[in-house]
Amino acid sequence: MKNKIGREIPENIDGYGPVIPFGGAFAQEAPARRCAPVMKQVRPGESKLMESIEAVFHRIPIRNGMTLSFHHHFRNGDSVLNQVLAVAAKLGLKNLNIMVSSIFPVHAPLIDHIASGVVTGIDTNYVSGPVGKALSGGILAKPVILRTHGGRARAIEAAQAHIDVAFIAAPAADAYGNISGVRGETACGSLGYAMPDAEYADHVVAVTNQLEDYPLTPVSISQTRVDYVVKIDHIGDPRGIVSGTTTITKDPIGLVIARLASQVIEASGLVKKGFSFQTGAGGASLAAARYVGQIMERDGVTGSFIMGGITAYLVDMLNRGLFQKIIDVQDFDLDAVKSLATNPNHIEVSAGFYANPFNSGCVVNQLDTVILGATEIDTDFNVNVVTGSDGVIMGGSGGHSDAAAGAKLTVVVANLLRGRLPILMDRVLTATTPGETVDVLVTEQGIAVNPARQDLQERFKAARLPVREVHELKQLAEKIAGVPEVPHFDGRIVAVVEYRDGTVIDVVRQVNA
Amino acid sequence: MLEFMRSLLFVPGNNPGMVQNAAVFGSDAVILDLEDAVSLQEKDTARFLVVEALQTVDYHKCGIVVRINPLEYNGGADIAAVVPAAPDALLVPKVQSAADIQAVAAQVSAHEKPGQPEVKIIALIETPRGLAEAYAIASADKRVIALALGAEDYTAALGAKRTRDGLEILGARTTLLNAAAAAGIPAIDTPFTDINDEEGLRKDLALAKQLGFKGKLSIHPRQIEIIHEELNPSKEEIRWAERVVAVIRQAEQDGVGAISLDGKMIDAPIVLRARQVLKVADVLQGREV
Repeated sequence: MKNKIGREIPENIDGYGPVIPFGGAFAQEAPARRCAPVMKQVRPGESKLMESIEAVFHRIPIRNGMTLSFHHHFRNGDSVLNQVLAVAAKLGLKNLNIMVSSIFPVHAPLIDHIASGVVTGIDTNYVSGPVGKALSGGILAKPVILRTHGGRARAIEAAQAHIDVAFIAAPAADAYGNISGVRGETACGSLGYAMPDAEYADHVVAVTNQLEDYPLTPVSISQTRVDYVVKIDHIGDPRGIVSGTTTITKDPIGLVIARLASQVIEASGLVKKGFSFQTGAGGASLAAARYVGQIMERDGVTGSFIMGGITAYLVDMLNRGLFQKIIDVQDFDLDAVKSLATNPNHIEVSAGFYANPFNSGCVVNQLDTVILGATEIDTDFNVNVVTGSDGVIMGGSGGHSDAAAGAKLTVVVANLLRGRLPILMDRVLTATTPGETVDVLVTEQGIAVNPARQDLQERFKAARLPVREVHELKQLAEKIAGVPEVPHFDGRIVAVVEYRDGTVIDVVRQVNA
Repeated sequence: MLEFMRSLLFVPGNNPGMVQNAAVFGSDAVILDLEDAVSLQEKDTARFLVVEALQTVDYHKCGIVVRINPLEYNGGADIAAVVPAAPDALLVPKVQSAADIQAVAAQVSAHEKPGQPEVKIIALIETPRGLAEAYAIASADKRVIALALGAEDYTAALGAKRTRDGLEILGARTTLLNAAAAAGIPAIDTPFTDINDEEGLRKDLALAKQLGFKGKLSIHPRQIEIIHEELNPSKEEIRWAERVVAVIRQAEQDGVGAISLDGKMIDAPIVLRARQVLKVADVLQGREV
């Protein structure tokens, strides 16, 4: 069957089950009830402290076929996932389902665990590095489920993704299970992506290298949801967790695009008192944020909140009074961590608060503008951030589809030509974010406005921005680079791309490398 | 088209990414460079790439200039390949004499296709001899539309050290400006080479504007916006020019001869300058950002 954006999806996918086809960004109705997590009980005098990860495995006990969850706040510095799976392998466990909010190159040992049958299911929002390549090559018998950040929180609350044991890498914890993200040498700031896991998992394990006196403050995840605390020597490499410094791009093309994106946002008329804004932590997104900040400063505009991957630059905008609040689901550098720890206007929130479409209102619904990237975009404005031009999984939605759906103005920025490939095409290889939620494409060669947004088109023309028709931009790229041959993959389905509401927006097929 | 020459951005002719994107930085013209930016073993590749780009890439309103190699270093091959692809102008390096220009102009004529717009010449003056011959060079051929200063080679030849404030090239700048003005063409200033020194660039531009330069060569896209900010007529200049023109118009209606504004006499040169300012402002007004 074809879904709303014309993607051919089977009605039933082996290893995934029956498919609800994507029917439009807000077409799906929420299920009637959230699931009820298990009740828990700890009596006075009982200890949560465990001597090792292995001891936790025996105590719970963790059995074949269970789902273990992890957060990705340590990004490429994480060592908890690898250590937990090493224990599982040592104990001879099989058939585990791994639900991790993102996978990074550091998680390459997953490949061996999949090959040996320890891991047979993966549920994630983003995959980079060798694991993506292995998954595309078909190493996993079942398709990997690729969700959005909001969709993951939704799936957990709806029991579509049931977590048996959540292992929460904790930069600091006390022996009774209070966890802080802003303390310790592996301080990563917000622990927003671990919060749904802590609320809904049958068993919650804090894994820390810094055990502090009770009661620890500030608390990101509280003792009321944490069942076990394990202190180990090493939970992550700070160099992979926070970059230390955040730099605005010096790439001249990136700056041209960032400037144009800021002019688009200005011309949209949204930059006024109460303006809210989300941007990524990439160099070009930061450059755009800087230009938007300059516009706000010039016009004396105070925004309500800014969000995204929080960096020193966004903290500086808060401190200069350009925005009143930072809403923080994850941090990218030490300045952001420090700000979260000390500034009451810098607020830590959960993934559900950020982006779950099926609650009583998530933050993305309050966004005026978001700037997002794209690996590919098509003339219907559908965006691919999952696969590269070679069909290999190299990313994922993360919050891409969530923010695009929520914001009044969704701006996608991309180089019209990347290397020698046009990024604008008739049909993206893998659809991640539907075109109906994307308003403007900004490239170095001009901007294209979604035809559904005539209002914007007129505003941009009045502001004398270089507006072009989307097909015209595509032809421009093809005139230089030629028309690329469309790759065709017809292998079995290796990944199911779920939209934030749990419907299937696309599938990824096996690539024989 | 070379409607304007406030900023001319050098782009290495052997870098496909830069060549295809050269126009997106908003400079008035790009200079696709076949000379200094391209190593000897890359010359053929660069020439091929630049010719392809001229035939393929849409540079919109951006003027296209190609810096060829000197004739004694195979510049003739550059001319033969590039001219039929119709750049707006050639930037001819290390021009020493009127004869150099005439030799280039003859080869350009030989390779222009019937009906193609005349390929202009910008003479890059970067030697003491070239500076001494500047007026002769500027008036050597009708194709010559501007003189440009290349101060790095020039100061090296003098044995002078290049400095941030540029005192060592003051004479060269004024000499070049005078020669160009005598020939009725504009002069374009030397690049400011420290791409990270924004303040230095602004000071350099303020001096260049004061001396009479209308444009500047640039070696980095980040400099373009600053060049335009500094060289564009300021709001005050535009307001002043509008008032001058208004006063003149009124005087013409009233049949009054001697006119003054704010206590200063307004004569023909002032009116000319005001009209130049307004012409630039008008063109800028009609542009995409």
